[in-house]
Amino acid sequence: MKELLIVSAPPHIRAKMSIDWTIRLVIIALIPTFIFSIYLFGWRVLIVVLLSIASSVGCEVVMERLMGRKITITDGSAVLTGLLLAFNLPPLIPFWMPIVGSAFAIIVAKQLFGGLGYNFINPALAGRAFLMASWPSFMTTGWVSPTSGTLSGIDTITSATPLTLLKYPAIFGDPKIIINHLNQPAAIKNLFFGKVGGCIGETSALLLLIGGVFLIIIGIIDYRIVVGYLGSFVILVSILPTKGHLLFHLFAGGLFLGTFFMATDWVTSPVTKMGRWIFGVGCGILTVIIRTWGGYPEGVCYAILLMNVFTPLIDYLTKERIFGNHVAKEGR
Amino acid sequence: MFNIFRGGIHLPGDKRTKNAVIEIMPHPKRVYIHFLQHIGNPASPLVKKGDIVKTGTKIAESNGYMSVPVHSSISGRVTAITNHPHPTLGLAHCCVIESTNSEEWEDVVKERQDYENLTKEELISLIREAGLVGMGGAVFPTHVKLSPPPGKTIDTLIINGCESEPMLTGDYRLMLEYPTGIVEGAHIFQKILDARKLIIVIEDNKLDVAEVLKKEGIEIKILKTKYPQGAEKQLIKAVLNREVPRDGLPMDVGCVVQNVATCYAGFQAVRFKKPLIERVVTVAGSGIKESKNLLVRIGTPVIDIINFCSGYTTQPIKIIFGGPMMGTAQYSEDVPVVKGTSGIIVLSHVREEKERPCVRCSHCVDVCPMGLMPCEIYKFIVYKKFESAYNYGLLDCIECGCCGYVCISKIPLVHHFKYGKSEGQRIK
Repeated sequence: MKELLIVSAPPHIRAKMSIDWTIRLVIIALIPTFIFSIYLFGWRVLIVVLLSIASSVGCEVVMERLMGRKITITDGSAVLTGLLLAFNLPPLIPFWMPIVGSAFAIIVAKQLFGGLGYNFINPALAGRAFLMASWPSFMTTGWVSPTSGTLSGIDTITSATPLTLLKYPAIFGDPKIIINHLNQPAAIKNLFFGKVGGCIGETSALLLLIGGVFLIIIGIIDYRIVVGYLGSFVILVSILPTKGHLLFHLFAGGLFLGTFFMATDWVTSPVTKMGRWIFGVGCGILTVIIRTWGGYPEGVCYAILLMNVFTPLIDYLTKERIFGNHVAKEGR
Repeated sequence: MFNIFRGGIHLPGDKRTKNAVIEIMPHPKRVYIHFLQHIGNPASPLVKKGDIVKTGTKIAESNGYMSVPVHSSISGRVTAITNHPHPTLGLAHCCVIESTNSEEWEDVVKERQDYENLTKEELISLIREAGLVGMGGAVFPTHVKLSPPPGKTIDTLIINGCESEPMLTGDYRLMLEYPTGIVEGAHIFQKILDARKLIIVIEDNKLDVAEVLKKEGIEIKILKTKYPQGAEKQLIKAVLNREVPRDGLPMDVGCVVQNVATCYAGFQAVRFKKPLIERVVTVAGSGIKESKNLLVRIGTPVIDIINFCSGYTTQPIKIIFGGPMMGTAQYSEDVPVVKGTSGIIVLSHVREEKERPCVRCSHCVDVCPMGLMPCEIYKFIVYKKFESAYNYGLLDCIECGCCGYVCISKIPLVHHFKYGKSEGQRIK
């Protein structure tokens, strides 16, 4: 025997799935939404997304250099953060904003806390919250009405998103007419297929649903968070006196994007099964509370961020029951 | 009924030696017989350099209750009592025996017809004298398992024929080829324990075994294939829906689990007074030319076995004693087979995988059959917070390897747990 044998602890066989692959699959699940968004809002969307990703990856490299860590951009996590942040921005946002937002997401929310696996809040949502708090006017205008439905998107009309209309109908005209119009089956159908104004990646509930279900089936995201989130959301919207129709609330805004792609972020959600239920239900409750009584028309981002902060506590309180624990030694 | 335990994974069975009939390997030129092949105290040597021994001669006496004797597996001359690589203990004390080519059995080894009239005590002493240990890999002295302390009643004896480790087929072949001996051994154990029920458990990937065993008139339970079904606590949960308490033993819930190979050895010990000097070993893996199921003498160095299987395909990367999920990687080709060696897996290639930080994907928590949170315990160990690791149940870990198998960050979790257990013990 010429070469030495490898001695390592078991197991000596391993599953094939790796981090790189899971992140790639999540990105693949987002691609239909991305393409649809370009179709809906024009080529500008592509530039916003690319700027966001470039800034995100660039900041990752710089920070890892500065902090003496290994460069890990090939794992794709920075690309995903950039992509998700861009999906949370209005299509007509100034070009410098995705750059600044991604920089905050990567530098402050991710790298300063230790890099991949150590961030306590979702970096993309932290970037969005940062932009929202710093330049609210850019974040709440710049909507494109997708009426043209062409690739050009030159024919842009700025109008409010459906959720803004629902929250402040008086600003835009007769509240009764507007709310009535929003709850029309045709309007809800548009919401489902995504022919509405809104953030780059949040409009098409259908495509997000397809991507999300794909990720659940291949076992990347956990159904408990999704079911807990959407379930509690549906129940609360049904019993609370909200202005919008249940389906309107379900398909409008960033609920599906948040549920399938951000609340389920591994790093910032609990690891216990019970914890994931609690996390999902908590997100649902907070989203409804913010949408109904809060100051923002949309509540997904802050609901998830708040629950992210609770994650360590939830994990601590919902530890799995160890096999044989609480079983009397004598009894059966 | 319930028939499942929590957690676990579905592994590719990879049981390519399924149809390999157990072959008797000719006894080797030289054997290395370790004095510690069981859990407990090492046996005390009875022979010295130059002594002539026969096959089945006792060469070391059990040392205390938690110990079993060790026997010579070939006929020959003791050439040394020295330190030699051991599959799990590094260097350990062993007896080197040089063969005299002809085989001569110890006189006591002969068939008896009257064994059904023996008392429990006589049966237990026969089993102990034969040096029997749990042959599934845990190597717990069998006589201890068969003597529950007063006050503990055993109502069920479970015979473990799950063999849930991938690649291993030794137990499967044994059940297929020697069912009578196994059932006979199981009945002997049942008699010793006074157990009301006797159940033999197999997984649903071995249905042909069920057919064979049915003819022997024994209760068979077929479980859905899932790893680690063969783990004692998980097996009891799946078969009887009883949960062994954290600090307890199967006898606390009224059952005893014995592996099929142990049953067969028990049958031979009682019927023929034959000590445990050989066992079935599966030789498989990408690095071996001919995969086989072999009946091997205890103490045979692994290189002899590999040569008997026509050698390596290419440069071996890993030689594993046991199965690929729980087995121990070896550093030397001189390591001998011990009583607990269920398989020899030779790998010619391993996937290169970079370790990444934990991203809390929770797959390890989902698959842990003991209900632990491997990702959290691992972090405590890395930061040397052994107290917290214990509080999170580190000592409950059975090292089945499910967490390490599914970890997408490729963290060697079991390695950390083994380290945490030993280091924590040392600090205490």
